[in-house]
Amino acid sequence: MAENPSPTEGVTLTVDGREVTVPRGTTILQAAQAIGTEVPHYCYHPGLSAPAMCRLCLVEVEGAPKLQPSCVTQVAEGQVVHTASEQARRMRTGVLEFYLLNHPLDCPICDQSGECDLQDYVFAEGRERGRSREPKRVFGRDDFGGDVLFYGDRCVMCTRCVRFMNEMEENPLLAVVERGSRAVIDTFFEEGLEEASWAGNVVDICPVGALVSKDFLHKARAWDLEHTPSVCPNCSQGCNIELHTRDNLVHRMKPRYNADVNGHWICDYGRERYEWLNRTDRLEAPVVRRGGRSTAMGWKQALSLLRERLAGRGGEGVKAVVSPLWANEDLAGAAALVDVLGGGSVVYRSLRADREVPLAGYEGLARRRDLAPNVRGARLLGFDRVGDEGGQGGLDEIARHKGVIIVLGDPLDDAPEGLGARSEAVVYLGAYASEALRSADFSLPVTTFAEQEGTFVNHAGRAQRFRPALDGPGAARPAWLVLGALVEALGGDRAPRTARAAYERLADRVGSLGGAPYALRAGSPSTSDPTVRAGG
Amino acid sequence: MGYPYSHPKEVPILSRHFGDPEARTLDGWKARGGYEGLKKALAMSPGDVVGVVKGSGLRGRGGAGFPTGLKWSFMPEKGSRPHYLLCNADESEPGTFKDRELLRWVPHLLIEGCVIAAYAMGAEHAYIYCRGEFFEASAVLAGAVEDAYGAGILGDDVMGSGQTIDITVHVGAGAYICGEETGLMNSLEGRRGEPRVKPPFPAAVGAFGMPTTINNVETLCAVPPILANGAEWYRQWGTERSPGTKLFCVSGHVNRPGNYELPMGFPLRELIDDVSGGIPGGRALKAVIPGGSSVPILSAEECEACELCYEGVEAAGSLLGCASVIVMDESADIVHQVMRMASFYAHESCGQCTPCREGTTWITTILRRIEDGRGTEEDLDTLIELSEQMTGTTICVLSDSLAAPVLSSIAKFKDEYLALIRRGERLGVA
Repeated sequence: MAENPSPTEGVTLTVDGREVTVPRGTTILQAAQAIGTEVPHYCYHPGLSAPAMCRLCLVEVEGAPKLQPSCVTQVAEGQVVHTASEQARRMRTGVLEFYLLNHPLDCPICDQSGECDLQDYVFAEGRERGRSREPKRVFGRDDFGGDVLFYGDRCVMCTRCVRFMNEMEENPLLAVVERGSRAVIDTFFEEGLEEASWAGNVVDICPVGALVSKDFLHKARAWDLEHTPSVCPNCSQGCNIELHTRDNLVHRMKPRYNADVNGHWICDYGRERYEWLNRTDRLEAPVVRRGGRSTAMGWKQALSLLRERLAGRGGEGVKAVVSPLWANEDLAGAAALVDVLGGGSVVYRSLRADREVPLAGYEGLARRRDLAPNVRGARLLGFDRVGDEGGQGGLDEIARHKGVIIVLGDPLDDAPEGLGARSEAVVYLGAYASEALRSADFSLPVTTFAEQEGTFVNHAGRAQRFRPALDGPGAARPAWLVLGALVEALGGDRAPRTARAAYERLADRVGSLGGAPYALRAGSPSTSDPTVRAGG
Repeated sequence: MGYPYSHPKEVPILSRHFGDPEARTLDGWKARGGYEGLKKALAMSPGDVVGVVKGSGLRGRGGAGFPTGLKWSFMPEKGSRPHYLLCNADESEPGTFKDRELLRWVPHLLIEGCVIAAYAMGAEHAYIYCRGEFFEASAVLAGAVEDAYGAGILGDDVMGSGQTIDITVHVGAGAYICGEETGLMNSLEGRRGEPRVKPPFPAAVGAFGMPTTINNVETLCAVPPILANGAEWYRQWGTERSPGTKLFCVSGHVNRPGNYELPMGFPLRELIDDVSGGIPGGRALKAVIPGGSSVPILSAEECEACELCYEGVEAAGSLLGCASVIVMDESADIVHQVMRMASFYAHESCGQCTPCREGTTWITTILRRIEDGRGTEEDLDTLIELSEQMTGTTICVLSDSLAAPVLSSIAKFKDEYLALIRRGERLGVA
């Protein structure tokens, strides 16, 4: 881990002619970053120890007899640093030529192409032509296990992956074997990364295309992907992520730096589970069931019929069951609907793992037991947990309920036969067609978190905002919007028109969520909005 | 007694008992005046011991020539953290074979030196890191250490002084890079033998993260006679800046290769022509590598006035290093010799730093190609530029060590390269 310098003392130095004051203990590389100057580097990664071995970050420091590795050289008062002096540039050009000696130059078929530090650095400062006339050394490809594939010939031997496994996962499954130019990253014989739980991060931090994801292999070119800041939906840690999309499909999930939640890392469990966002069996239009017949219709008509159906109901009490995969704004909308109908019981069901999976080297980061992103939010909003650890069961009372039943998100796949048969109305707001809810009186298509803006509250009580990465299918709309309109139509509060307004409404309702204004609490760099790319 | 050859011009202080099996035993060693230096040292304060070594002007014999007493004085005051002494017995510089003979013939001299040094620096534990291939030497040393424990010279009451000093003999696995001081520490700790970034320096953060001093075998062996006889006694040999005697490992084209202990400042030509018995067949001298394979090559002319001391060899255009004198006569093929060195460094590079990992191998392939008659004159420019990029740009000096002979051989023996490149002709006949 890079040491956190004491912020009390300032050191002033000059980097490329610009004066900068940074805390004592800062490295030259970090000081240069502070004024927007990127010193090329491979082995240094802000989340790992710095071995100073790639020798790419060497800079000229006036008075020093030779070039200094900026990743480990600490700033000194009055220091004058040149990151782009002729000497420093010549050295980088030379080191880059060394890197290309045995590199296969297979950018056209390499997944890293477009987001490759070797490509970028060589383009910026490499020699126009290499001088090597010698045959290239060939290591070939190796399956490292898990989701990780190793292309030895592309490797720059920065050892970030080895250090991640040693220092973060604290399970040294990767090592450098052999030495000199025969040195290569390897696993211990057939013992690969399958037993690791965080190994996907080695693909993220690999600065070149040596470690690639099998899942993503040849799926898309980096420059075709759109990056949307989001929050991992697969447990209650709330790791900050980016959804990488193309053609309205999620192609992969990548960690997004947040020092307070997940650092540079996400777990394999979370990373692997994005395919459900691409499901095609979606509800696309409101469907109203009358006299045994289902009719698809527009929102206006469906909501009007629903208002008629619900007006004056509620004497029997309302029962709502929701999924904590939905945002606070959506859940609050469901709670508001229950309120406007005279109150009742509100519950959630969700999956729970039997144990946490911590990242040993990063305090406070773990795959949590709650395998949904907004369990804490649901509880803050007054929802009680029902059902088992598998997110099933607990529906007997609801099935027999005579009053209004409202379902948000949870398709109730395990519902008892005849659920809601005796109820005044069953209203299902969901993303997917549900067998159990085929006879619901109202099936209303809503968006998933990936298709809308909103917030989740993580296990530690931190509200984090996510943004829409995909277009919702057909007429699907955010649940908060649908529920808001319905509440207003039933004589309740005016419907919120924006996600922000919905959040503020929510903040009024639950004080502990509203500690800070929306933009700051949910949108500042340290909570949700991306300013730092994952990787180094 | 010399081993395998001796010469009347030698001043045998460290090598006096080479070839004498009796000297290996504890009794034999005591009968030859052994452990007198240690007795004297234990009667002094640690600071005074450091003072005597400083006064003697002894410089590190591992290659860098850093003043030993000064190095010892860098160790922090004895506090709650343990201090360590490391003895670098990972002798693997091509052309060097002095430490091996010291280990084989006078193991108790080294133990005595280690105990004195450990006492002077407040270290309770010394590790002797032996090169992996030193099967006989490490066995002899381990036996001597056992005997020293039995006699109360090591352990928790060193010669009745109440001091605790332990010695562990650790055998490496035979990697050149583990002779680099911080690579040695990593290896000793069970990590990959890779040099560490400095700072922090070993005196602050060394072996096992503790204050550590590391000395060469020959350096530590010079300590007991200095303590026994005094700093001034030691200074009667050698020069002002390079006092004392030094073991010279002479190899290559001489009639009597071997270790010769001579006063510092001894003329290089006299070492070759007289002490080592001259060049066989009366052939002419072509070149000398005076300090082990890592230093620049000297041409025959440069050897003429060269005196074998730190400042003398530097003035001649090279470095004394560990005083491993590799002699090449006119039959030597310089390009082939440099290629062999390059292969060695490429094989031994730890692979951490890019310029070394890639550069040593690239230089080797270029030199092989030139040897095969497929070289171009541009290759020489490439070799020069690569060597420059490999100098002063890495964590340790392994890549500098290859750059030095490449650059010096091209500067001084360019005609040999050009003869191969232009006419496919070897100027040497090795």
